[in-house]
Amino acid sequence: MSELPGTLRIGFSRIGVELKQLFRDLEAAVFTLALPMILMIVFGSVFGGQELGGTGVTFAQYFVAGMIASGIIYTSFQNLAIGIPQERDEGTLKRLEGTPMPQAAYFIGKIGQIFLVYLIQLALLMGIGILLFGVELPGTAQQWGALAWLSVLGLVTWTLLGLAFSAVPRSGKGASAIVTPVILVLQFTSGVFFLYGDLPTWMQQFAALFPLKWLTQGMRYVFLPESAAALEVAGSFEMPRVALVMLGWTVLSALLAWAFFRWRRRGDG
Amino acid sequence: MPEPAIEVRGLRRTYGRTVAVAGLDLTVERGQCVALLGPNGAGKTTTTEILEGYRHRDAGEVRVLGTDPAHAPRRWRARIGIVLQQVSDLGELTVRESLRHFAGYYPDPRPVDEVLTRIGLEEKADARGRTLSGGQRRRLDVGLGIIGRPELLFLDEPTTGFDPEARREFWSLIGTLRAEGTTILLTTHYLDEAEALADVVGVISRGRLVALDAPHDLGGRHAGRAVVSWRDDDGARRSEHTDTPTRVVAELAARFGGEVPGLAVSRPSLEDAYLELIGGEAE
Repeated sequence: MSELPGTLRIGFSRIGVELKQLFRDLEAAVFTLALPMILMIVFGSVFGGQELGGTGVTFAQYFVAGMIASGIIYTSFQNLAIGIPQERDEGTLKRLEGTPMPQAAYFIGKIGQIFLVYLIQLALLMGIGILLFGVELPGTAQQWGALAWLSVLGLVTWTLLGLAFSAVPRSGKGASAIVTPVILVLQFTSGVFFLYGDLPTWMQQFAALFPLKWLTQGMRYVFLPESAAALEVAGSFEMPRVALVMLGWTVLSALLAWAFFRWRRRGDG
Repeated sequence: MPEPAIEVRGLRRTYGRTVAVAGLDLTVERGQCVALLGPNGAGKTTTTEILEGYRHRDAGEVRVLGTDPAHAPRRWRARIGIVLQQVSDLGELTVRESLRHFAGYYPDPRPVDEVLTRIGLEEKADARGRTLSGGQRRRLDVGLGIIGRPELLFLDEPTTGFDPEARREFWSLIGTLRAEGTTILLTTHYLDEAEALADVVGVISRGRLVALDAPHDLGGRHAGRAVVSWRDDDGARRSEHTDTPTRVVAELAARFGGEVPGLAVSRPSLEDAYLELIGGEAE
């Protein structure tokens, strides 16, 4: 009897299927890719011009960094926390479970899709930031390096959180009504839509519990000039601390995904 | 003698206080097509899903292709095919893309073009899944179920919602699989479907298998009392229940001196036998 196909081979073929399903489904593609672009253009244009306290940085630029951090959440967390309940409803997961596909191949497919879509989104958002809002490409190797590890840690953490959170919505239909407010609250409190330093202390403390705040702060280090450090509450971008918190969240989110992710709807097994 | 494709002894499964499967026994030989009939909630789907490895059981012995489905490896999954009820996935992939993708899961898949021909979707090969009609969609599901050349195929209520023509086409598709020796376990609500497809019909009622027999013999149907009916000289319809219909017909023939007007002899239908077996549960 011939051999079963390998996990990696099936996993790579799942990446192709995941990308096709996303880009051919207009609603999903718009939600994931176009929404952050639209938000960046609209918010950036409305609040754009004003310089922030003699730092040489405009709010639009501050916002670009926040939206790039948010893009990680859209492509991974939002994508999975809404998409997986829909897949459960449609029978995707049940069908896969009934085939010899190794479960790891499914996760390879999701992670591959998420990384590729993120890279496309990053390029688009950076392009808009540069063309419309005078953001500059990172100038130093450290900044590029930080962009790389922030992206990887951020995507891994938010992918795992998306897997865990996909257990929450009872159905695919209601999923976005539960997931979208969670993301909005984190964005409002983490310094995406407003200056983090201007928020009430309790709100800052709340946001500091979650990884978006640290991701956003890290992206400001990557995309804003050094003078913008004066806008931070600590007076610096605290990159070692950002790295530490993100690593901690990666571990925690792995535990959450392991504990909560399920292939079936509740009570179906 | 080869071991049976499916062997179930004393299968039990409860949900809270509800007993879904209450000590069910079932044997399906290799190459057989077995249809499970039963009212909603009788335990058909629970039983099937335990055999498919989707659900756990509380008690009983289960062997499917010689393996316990609760602890089945990938290699076992490559030998079975499952056609689920009510799936609507793969909407954005074309029929060909879906078949090609799933073929990649199996060690020795059927060629995609062969499956396309077999399920009669050559013309729809490049259409997206969501544009298919209900019947076409179901045929794609069967295509995905057989792409890996399964030895055993599960079909869960495959023709629910079909128009009569689509149903006939579907039956002939299943017929060719049967003819090739694929073992098939089918659940259905339709008695005519069971009669058309199955070698053996099992009736499940209240979590137990209450009958397992050829459709023609189910519930002692072949030996059941026949009804002979005819039209009398005054034009009135007459009928007689009898265990010896041949004798009754011979007497009538003698009495009328040849043709008996409006003569009909009927045995209990599969439906009669089925309703008798499930007792008052249908209420």
